[in-house]
Amino acid sequence: MSSILTQDHFELFSLPQRYVLERAELDERYRNMQRSVHPDRYASASDQERRISMQQTAKINEAYEVLKDPLKRGRYLLHLRGYDIDDQQTTHQDPAFLMKQMELRETLAGIREQADPLQALDRLAQDILNQYQALESELAQALDSGEEIELAVTPVLRMQFFKRLQEEVQELEADLEDELY
Amino acid sequence: MALLQISEPGQTTAPHQHRLAAGIDLGTTNSLVASVRSGVANTLPDSEGRHLLPSVVRYLEDGGHQVGADAKALATRDPLNTIISAKRLMGRGLQDVKTLGSRLPYEFVSGESAMPLIHTVAGDRSPVQVSADILKELRQRAENTLGGELSGVVITVPAYFDDAQRQATKDAGKLAGLNVLRLLNEPTAAAVAYGLDRGRDGVIAVYDLGGGTFDISILRLNQGVFEVMATAGDSALGGDDMDRLIALWMMEQAGVSDDVNHSLQRCLLHEACAAKETLSAREDADISLVLEDGTQWQGRLTRAKMEALIEPLVKKTLAPCRRALRDAGVKGADVQEIVMVGGSTRVPKVRAMVGGFFGRDPLVDIDPDKVVAIGAAVQADVLAGNKPEDEMLLLDVIPLSLGIETMGGLTEKIIPRNTTIPVARAQEFTTFKDGQTAMALHVVQGERELVDDCRSLARFELRDIPAMTAGAARIRVSYQVDADGLLSVTAEEQTSGVQAHIEVKPSYGLTDGEIETMLRNSLDHAGEDMAARQLREQQVEADRVLEALQAALREDGDKFLNAEERNAIEGAADKLVRLRGGDDKRAIKKAIEKLEAVSTVYVDRRMNANIQKAMAGHTVDEFK
Repeated sequence: MSSILTQDHFELFSLPQRYVLERAELDERYRNMQRSVHPDRYASASDQERRISMQQTAKINEAYEVLKDPLKRGRYLLHLRGYDIDDQQTTHQDPAFLMKQMELRETLAGIREQADPLQALDRLAQDILNQYQALESELAQALDSGEEIELAVTPVLRMQFFKRLQEEVQELEADLEDELY
Repeated sequence: MALLQISEPGQTTAPHQHRLAAGIDLGTTNSLVASVRSGVANTLPDSEGRHLLPSVVRYLEDGGHQVGADAKALATRDPLNTIISAKRLMGRGLQDVKTLGSRLPYEFVSGESAMPLIHTVAGDRSPVQVSADILKELRQRAENTLGGELSGVVITVPAYFDDAQRQATKDAGKLAGLNVLRLLNEPTAAAVAYGLDRGRDGVIAVYDLGGGTFDISILRLNQGVFEVMATAGDSALGGDDMDRLIALWMMEQAGVSDDVNHSLQRCLLHEACAAKETLSAREDADISLVLEDGTQWQGRLTRAKMEALIEPLVKKTLAPCRRALRDAGVKGADVQEIVMVGGSTRVPKVRAMVGGFFGRDPLVDIDPDKVVAIGAAVQADVLAGNKPEDEMLLLDVIPLSLGIETMGGLTEKIIPRNTTIPVARAQEFTTFKDGQTAMALHVVQGERELVDDCRSLARFELRDIPAMTAGAARIRVSYQVDADGLLSVTAEEQTSGVQAHIEVKPSYGLTDGEIETMLRNSLDHAGEDMAARQLREQQVEADRVLEALQAALREDGDKFLNAEERNAIEGAADKLVRLRGGDDKRAIKKAIEKLEAVSTVYVDRRMNANIQKAMAGHTVDEFK
């Protein structure tokens, strides 16, 4: 039996190394593992047991953090297969996607000039979400059906773009609401 | 209660022996202690039946001190030696304290660390010591009531407290001689008091309006996991402001000018507060005042009038509510329960407006002054091991991002806020000069880009890095945040395996040395013998380790250990048993460390088996 500290995230959760996973199942396994190792279970135990419990809980938390997030999970699977992508890396020069990026950025920049900025922002957020989810399916296809691993890189990079855009949308929403109330 | 702890002869070390545990709400204005007795959590009163202990400590010329109502009564007469609101100073630097400004009349002096000290007739006192004196008072009360020594406590802290403030709170507990099982977020404690951790999953709002502060927290309960999604508030808004508004109205009615003398001012505020409390239950309140010229003024305040007076104030609390909801990414309608905390939520107008804002009636069954302490007591009871079958598990998140300073005074986030704790992250650094043997790291907490806008937590110096050419060393720095939200850092040079020595300089906290000195001083004062105490602590620790080990060996020693491993462990255990009876505390400490070292493998294997058991029934194939 190997120590959980050296297992990869999928092994730790007894899950196959696949992109598609059942979220409810993941959550339940996370909860069960926490119940057996969390430091609160060892509050009155020896220092040594408390230390080990903390290390293992941190490891479980880290794995869960990665597995539950579609983008992080995709990047992690690529990492396991020898492809590392960092946060700052951007999409390859694909003219069509570049065009789309510029359009979305223009829409975001012009939100304040709309008649109902909050409603316009809602529409944009929904649009971003739809595209993000479409990329998730594309990534699942690329990672789980034995296709060329390179095909999984593009959707991941594009998801990173949408994720950043999503954050900017949320910031603008906060600013708009602050001004309103 | 002590009767329940009498055990059958020969069963005194039974594993399910009831351990005395308490929950402590260490508040800005008042503090409380609560405990679970006969399965029910209640706050414990003092000998005069008072549950609330004013968080006030007055230091006396003879070196002694008073805590609570007695100290509070003399606060205006002896302001420099009577410390109120020490909580506002916890984990803060002298600079922060100055910006808190005129509201604090004390004489501050700087100490060895950056933590400000308050000059009193009994000597200089840090906010940690003041808090420890409050905690000691509560500890005494609990031990007298429960009839024995406390085995552990849970202390609550505001959800937005940063690492320095949490560390300061834990230090205060240590200084008060308490075994702090856990620091628990106040809103989480309030939700636990209502048993919401057993309820259905969803979003919970905790609205906390105290005497001088307002906090709103949005929690998400997800399969037994409480996550603080967002917090907001106003650190200068509370019930005291309501009293002030009512007092102003009284002055206007009585035709009194603004510059009344001190005693009439106090009298006005007192009457205003009394009227406010009366109006929580009745439709009108009669007020009478003796004015400066000796004449008497009689007036009547109706509930409708009072509500009109305080309405703007309650409205002011709704803006942070809106902000918190937005930060949490939920709508008011998503909130399925609202928990009311703090004495000011007794005012019907507050309940009505909060209920109106969220679109449902708030929970008010538990005394809003006691609800946090009660929740803490429930958690303390579980952590002390009194409910081995209890499934309750509260997972917390880190409230503010942890980062380090990089080139140009910018922050680089290492652990983003709302990450579930405990958590560990590592980073790799290299040297930029040939033969470099040291480097410095500055850890900060906060969400802003610039280091100066974040809170400085600590500066670390890595020393003893093996001298190599520039860029050859690979130094792995590991950051670990424990279940209380407290940070620790370790570093190792990877190519040589050399453990770099880390010197921690907490920006606002106390160094370990300072805590030890304070502990020694406070013990000297109490007349207790330091050496005897340390020996006893080591013996207790030895017993704990031995007891846990023997129970484990009986259960599954044969399953996880071969004969050789078992012999090594038992040999080390025998040695510890022998030394434990002696009086050499260092030898006992060494023997404990030795035993822990040889049994690491065993503890590891047991814990892994635990996880496997949690996974039992699941196979990798199941989801193919």
